[in-house]
Amino acid sequence: MSATDPQAHFEQIVMPHLDAAYNLARWLAGNHHDAEDIVQEACMRAHRFAASYRGGNSRSWLLAIVRNMAYTWLKKNRPQAVVSIDDEQLAEIEDPAVPAFDMGDASLLRAALGELAVEFREAIVLRDIEGLSYKEIAEVADVPVGTVMSRLARARKQLQTYVSRKGEV
Amino acid sequence: MNCAEFNLLVHAYVDGELDVMRSVEVEQHARGCAACAAKISAIKSLQVALRENELGYHAPASLRHAVRQMAAPAEPQPRPQDWQWLWKFFAVGATAVAVVALMLRSATLSEFNPVLGEVVDAHVRSLMANHLTDVLSSDKHTVKPWFAGKLDFSPDVKDFTPQEFPLYGGRLDYLNGHTVAALVYQHNKHLINVFIWPAETATSSSEQTEHGYNVILFDVNHFHYALVSDMDSSEMEQLAGMLGEQK
Repeated sequence: MSATDPQAHFEQIVMPHLDAAYNLARWLAGNHHDAEDIVQEACMRAHRFAASYRGGNSRSWLLAIVRNMAYTWLKKNRPQAVVSIDDEQLAEIEDPAVPAFDMGDASLLRAALGELAVEFREAIVLRDIEGLSYKEIAEVADVPVGTVMSRLARARKQLQTYVSRKGEV
Repeated sequence: MNCAEFNLLVHAYVDGELDVMRSVEVEQHARGCAACAAKISAIKSLQVALRENELGYHAPASLRHAVRQMAAPAEPQPRPQDWQWLWKFFAVGATAVAVVALMLRSATLSEFNPVLGEVVDAHVRSLMANHLTDVLSSDKHTVKPWFAGKLDFSPDVKDFTPQEFPLYGGRLDYLNGHTVAALVYQHNKHLINVFIWPAETATSSSEQTEHGYNVILFDVNHFHYALVSDMDSSEMEQLAGMLGEQK
């Protein structure tokens, strides 16, 4: 007897992560309409491959599919946004310490996140908004953990700089 | 540790991704270096801002509906039956296993009881894949609320540190397509997974072995519990007894 109804199976491995999927797509695509299309395409692909999903982290599995869909969409519709970053060049340069300050302005933070390069924005969304571990982010983005770490460091620094600069009256 | 090394590790440190030894070194350096200590608080205040400004988008209802339609052209099974059916596998399988084990000593038990095999697989996978916990704490007031919003039930979380079975943490797991709560306990050097999910019907408890792991199944307060560990069965029974005590 089949232990799993394939449709219930699909629901169980996709539905709990739909918010995370949409959130990632929304931040990568930059708008609601395209994000919705991307997630629908990703879920259709997930449905096709649901039978072959063999357990393990279903959130990482789904988000990796969403990410691939999003990057495919970006390359087609916004190629200039997907500039490849030489991760070798992300060696940590000693910056002066950025002081802690109140970042209560949501719109400022939203704008700052939107300004980041795609790979940096993706790292922040997956880590600081969705709470994935470095290992999970590495699985979703298909890069080594060290790359995840350096992208996060760079992204956070850029956010702090952006907000402190724009926050000055 | 100097400031350059600190810079390389500070983000991993704040994210809890650094091993204990290097975390201690990072903290020691920060205690003696104000500039580096300020970096830690800068990262933390950024994270708080990102978390508290609700920058995360939720899937719109239209999308949720569309994705559901992909999954269910036929009428889906009503939920209560799903839980019942999962439990029947344990109950039926447990009896079948006991009978068959007597006759076929070398037979693979999971052939006759696929869901029992899945419980053990989930246990082994949690130990291997460095994904033992999503929430790492022995404080039940940290672990229990962590499950809120992730499960449509609230598992009873207890810590048994005085009895030498400290709560190690918790995570979500999947058994037979259902999301269940997994609580992880420690005893001496053993780790025990306690899977918990809602019960629709009461069933009797059972103890069995699969691939060298001991599995104890029982009900507490309308929840099914499945304990899995390589601990010996008398110690498993001790933990099971404590879990089974009503508050």
